[in-house]
Amino acid sequence: MGHSAPKIANPEGIAQEIAGLLGSMLIETVDHADELSFTVVRGKLADAMLLLRDKAQYQQLMEVAGVDYPERPDRFEVCYHLLSVTRNHRVRVKVSTDEDRPVPTVTHIWPVAGWLEREVFDMYGVIFEGNADLRRILTDYGFKGHPQRKDFPLTGYVELRYSEEDKRVVYEPVKLAQDFRSFDFMSPWEGAQYVLPGDEKAAAPAGPAAAPTPKTTDKPGVSGAGEPTDSAANKKSEDKA
Amino acid sequence: MSDYLEKLDHLTDAADPTLGDTEIQNYTINFGPQHPAAHGVLRLVMELEGEIVERCDPHVGLLHRGTEKLIEYKTYMQALPYFDRLDYCSPLGMEHSYVLAIEKLLNLEVPLRAQYLRVFFAELTRICNHMLNLGSHVMDVGAMTPNLWLFEIREDCLNFFERASGARMHSAYFRPGGVHQDVPLKLLTDIADWLDTRLPRLFEDAMSLVVDNRIFKQRNVDIAVVSKEDALKWGFSGPMIRGSGIPWDIRKAQPYDVYDRMEFDVPVGTNFDCYDRFMVRVEEVRQSARIMKQCLNEMPEGPIASFDRKVSPPKRGEMKRSMEALIHHFKLYTEGFHVPAGEVYVATESPKGEFGVYLVADGSNKPYRCKIRPTAFSHLQAMDFMMKGHMLADTTAVLGAMDIVFGECDR
Repeated sequence: MGHSAPKIANPEGIAQEIAGLLGSMLIETVDHADELSFTVVRGKLADAMLLLRDKAQYQQLMEVAGVDYPERPDRFEVCYHLLSVTRNHRVRVKVSTDEDRPVPTVTHIWPVAGWLEREVFDMYGVIFEGNADLRRILTDYGFKGHPQRKDFPLTGYVELRYSEEDKRVVYEPVKLAQDFRSFDFMSPWEGAQYVLPGDEKAAAPAGPAAAPTPKTTDKPGVSGAGEPTDSAANKKSEDKA
Repeated sequence: MSDYLEKLDHLTDAADPTLGDTEIQNYTINFGPQHPAAHGVLRLVMELEGEIVERCDPHVGLLHRGTEKLIEYKTYMQALPYFDRLDYCSPLGMEHSYVLAIEKLLNLEVPLRAQYLRVFFAELTRICNHMLNLGSHVMDVGAMTPNLWLFEIREDCLNFFERASGARMHSAYFRPGGVHQDVPLKLLTDIADWLDTRLPRLFEDAMSLVVDNRIFKQRNVDIAVVSKEDALKWGFSGPMIRGSGIPWDIRKAQPYDVYDRMEFDVPVGTNFDCYDRFMVRVEEVRQSARIMKQCLNEMPEGPIASFDRKVSPPKRGEMKRSMEALIHHFKLYTEGFHVPAGEVYVATESPKGEFGVYLVADGSNKPYRCKIRPTAFSHLQAMDFMMKGHMLADTTAVLGAMDIVFGECDR
């Protein structure tokens, strides 16, 4: 039976239909968990969206989401979630970009994209070419940085408080009374990304093993095993006979 | 004396025709951020021509708490209570999208009773949410009494939530794989009684004061008419798109949990104005009660959470006796469960519209990215074109009919 999430049946041959529609604009099609994602050429995004709206009946743009993958050369992915109310189907269109290269706006296709693009700009610093109103939206007036980037710390850089002396709100660098507690409960045997104490020896090159230092005692009477053993060790050998 | 008059000469009307006639310019007013009709912290910068709104620029983000960022640092289960705090008027509607998104990535089957319980409480949430919205909408346009009467119902709903989950508002009741705990039979029978007697009486009483009221109609009919095309272009959903005459309801179109077994009607508007949006919500309350009654009739006995011990914790009694159950419990509440890499966008019909969760998993025990699609964001953006040419006093009616909560809008 499987999961009980919203049931969306992919119409017959929808992936081929859209691939044919987008032609050379399409880079990659992914079908995962019954959801279709189409990665398109960044510069052609607006054309692709126009085709999807007018030729494939995806009337609504529901969401624009940014994702940050710092290890990729084009670190940001912008995901557009389209909905067709006539075909009862959803698709996802993706483009990737970096800090400098702009993504063409889709505000002329869907005016709702205005704020959605502003949010991606605010959170990731992705620039949308042609969006006439690319102001910050969720963060504070005069905020610096793009908080959803993976290299932006969870606590941020500034905190604000009301200053009784200045009679206004002042910004100060974040001072944490307690360090941010980042517990790591990942199982070390299930792919945790760190070296356990002692594991570094396993990775060290296998040189000739040093001869183990034998454990010695200075006198037979100090065996380290307690009084009965010590007194037994102190006995002369002829006593044993 | 004459010198003095000569000096004044160039200041007379004859010398400067604009003098005396005051040139009125558009002026800008600031609505909020603390205003009782702003439903939270909304700042509207409005440009007025006399009393007519020319331009309206909503400034949001005053309640931004970085929920999406925080979720990236929490395990899947720890992130769940953040969803209660998004739209704090309909907490379970938010949780529903999130748990379904996780279940979709895990391809996890949920026991039937849990599905019924989730639908049941999601619909109770819808009633609870609409009580607040309908009440505050009528209060925004000048009526006091219906709000107080509707809050009586809302108070009942909150008491039911408390009996089910232990918390009045932030229930944190849904879990990936089911619900947190079973409900006592007495609670279900009490809700059934309430649905049969108290809810219809209080609700219809309150509505009898409003729906045919002349003043209420004067303030809402033909205000902010949104055509079908505009509703699609501006990304409307929920009562807003239905108020614009498009019969689109995710519960019907893309049913989740047991909505495909439920019989209910989808009300749509005919004039596409604020009054229609109000009336769509009024009818939704009745339909929600209908769904809840069906749930009560059909709900089977059985488990309320998945038996997949890698996702859903064992019962406490079992944990006390079985070593394996204890290990599972410990692992789930420290490390949490791992979700296979992938990405899903799951949207459900929350009381306010399409509430979506775009979840990107990287195979670890924490979400790589959890983008929340709030309903209010796209609705509020349309404020500018909906307000154009309307009177300043209509702002509150338009806002009230949008049903905006800033916990969700600003995240």
